[in-house]
Amino acid sequence: MKHLRWWLLLVFVVVVLGVAWWLFGSGGREPVSPQASAVPAASLKDPALVEKGRYLVAAGDCAGCHTARGGADFAGGRTVATPFGNIPVPNITPDHETGLGDWSFEDFEQSMRHGVGRHGELLYPAFPYTSYTKASRDDLLAIFAYLQSLAPAQQPAVAGSLEFPYSVRNGLKAWRALYFRAGEFKPDPAQSAEWNRGAYLVQGLGHCNECHAARDSLGGTPGDVHLTGGQIPVQNWYAPDLSTQRHGGLEGWTAKDIVDLLKTGQSARGATFGPMAEVVVNSTQYMSDEDLHAIATYLESLPPRDAPAEPSRMFDADTLVDAGAKVYAEHCESCHRADGKGVAGIYPPLDGNSSVTEPTGINAARIVLLGGFAPVTAANPRPYSMPPFAQQLSDEQVAAVISYIRRSWGNHASAMRAEDVSKYRQTPID
Amino acid sequence: MTTNASRHSAKPFATAALLAAALFIGAPGHAADESDPAPIPDTLQQRIASCIACHGEHGEGSPGSGYFPRLAGKPATYLARQMQDFQNGLRKYAPMEYTVRQLSPEYMREIAEYFSAQQVPYGRSEVPTVSDAVIQRGNELVEKGDPSRQIPACASCHGSQLTGVEPSTPGLVGLPYDYISAQFGSWRTHTRATVAPDCMALVASRLSDSDITAVAAALASRELPADTHAQPAGSVTPPLSCGVLGAVEDPS
Repeated sequence: MKHLRWWLLLVFVVVVLGVAWWLFGSGGREPVSPQASAVPAASLKDPALVEKGRYLVAAGDCAGCHTARGGADFAGGRTVATPFGNIPVPNITPDHETGLGDWSFEDFEQSMRHGVGRHGELLYPAFPYTSYTKASRDDLLAIFAYLQSLAPAQQPAVAGSLEFPYSVRNGLKAWRALYFRAGEFKPDPAQSAEWNRGAYLVQGLGHCNECHAARDSLGGTPGDVHLTGGQIPVQNWYAPDLSTQRHGGLEGWTAKDIVDLLKTGQSARGATFGPMAEVVVNSTQYMSDEDLHAIATYLESLPPRDAPAEPSRMFDADTLVDAGAKVYAEHCESCHRADGKGVAGIYPPLDGNSSVTEPTGINAARIVLLGGFAPVTAANPRPYSMPPFAQQLSDEQVAAVISYIRRSWGNHASAMRAEDVSKYRQTPID
Repeated sequence: MTTNASRHSAKPFATAALLAAALFIGAPGHAADESDPAPIPDTLQQRIASCIACHGEHGEGSPGSGYFPRLAGKPATYLARQMQDFQNGLRKYAPMEYTVRQLSPEYMREIAEYFSAQQVPYGRSEVPTVSDAVIQRGNELVEKGDPSRQIPACASCHGSQLTGVEPSTPGLVGLPYDYISAQFGSWRTHTRATVAPDCMALVASRLSDSDITAVAAALASRELPADTHAQPAGSVTPPLSCGVLGAVEDPS
């Protein structure tokens, strides 16, 4: 009996030590120097490889995070806001002191494929290695060659603000066990080459699922959740479901609509704004027509979704909608038209627009408050714009007009309350 | 075939049919027909509805509110610079930052030139009641500065009539009191900045709170000169070395 107790204690201590080692033990990886790399430095200077890398870096929208507003390209120097705190974005120019100047391809591939830094430290998944892991070795090599061809910019990382326990990097071991599966994209032989190319881009470098899927309380996306739409934490925009089939966020969209949106920033079905406008400006407008068609082919294969739950009847939506009709006639109708069809090529339709009918109403609220330009792209260099109504309309009026557009024509989404509008007035822009 | 009953109802029926026809032609016609009764004009003015909502169709500003400044007639390079500063986060005001975020330099230049070319009368906005001594102190700073504290006169850069100087220095006349004092506050709290060296941040740091009140009140209550156009480039020799002036072509 006494012996047993000792044995139990011993087992307990060993388990505790084991867990502690797992959680707090250092990664302890020795960086591979560029000289020791299996990839000769000269081969990285191949202009065709660098050019391919430029294209893929655009496809991966690296600039979206790694270029600060007004800062040098790819030099980091900013943070990404998450519900767990602000995470510093590193400099990925080849500066020796503050960037990737001393990195080898092995170091780079490990970070992209496994989310592990040069010294073995676990990287925070604000860096979407959860998606980038699917990129092919050839593509990663091209991306590395391009990044190494940039002018080095001296820009140290800014301080982040992660709080305990999130500041303990090894806590990510548990997170990774739940949400991360490393591994290159495996083509589906049952599908066409075009479909596979689209799937590769969407799931990999495009990292679409990082925004277009709901994150849970640990900031992870469960493996079976794919492009079903979700609220972007902190930024407070809703990235809609991307299925074009029944009850999908893009129900009824044709391949052309998808390609137009990604190429020009707008389509016959809607326009981009907020974070997606930035994606179009930095990334998708530069993608080839073939790649954009491949993306459309893949998205069109996403399955139909379940019918949305009936909007709650907790408050008198009909009165709101009636009040909203008046606001609409006065402020919205001249551009979006009485039938909600908009003006082709200029003002997006509101009828059947996924940004209007997405589950939360956040997008509609913020667009009414902020207005703004459609993104400037090569195809649409002088876009039309929408006035901001934050100054002109009260929370009640905004709630009314949003309730109206969400429940008119073919739209059957929930109404919005004034309290919600007041919340979105306060959302910071960055 | 004609019956009494139908003859009796013929007139109202015809009216209803006409009405229905009118509705039918009128309503769906709107959507289907590209040559809509209210087509969207292909003009810059229409494209920049987002700017016009606050700054006015001709950049006249919203004198009533005090915080949406006049853009009309300001030098185009100055206006383009401001949009760029909002874009880069040097100038901070969330609605402006969001609005200009995605604009290209070319489009911002076109918008700047549109507002720069507008000529509309100045609106006047309310100035808080201050003593004559305060206005006098303000005018002194505007015209002579305060050499003992290394504060240059406003006029030394912004032109003898304070109507601005091409290409990068804005006019100050006709600006609302609230706007001017808010800008000084912004320079001091680093929510308004521009390319270094940032002369106005320096000037703002040398002014006392009462100086700011005095300058804002003096400028906002100043009579407008007959010619409100900005002075030609090179017509002043600025006493400070300013990034915004160095960043444009050297007039010499």
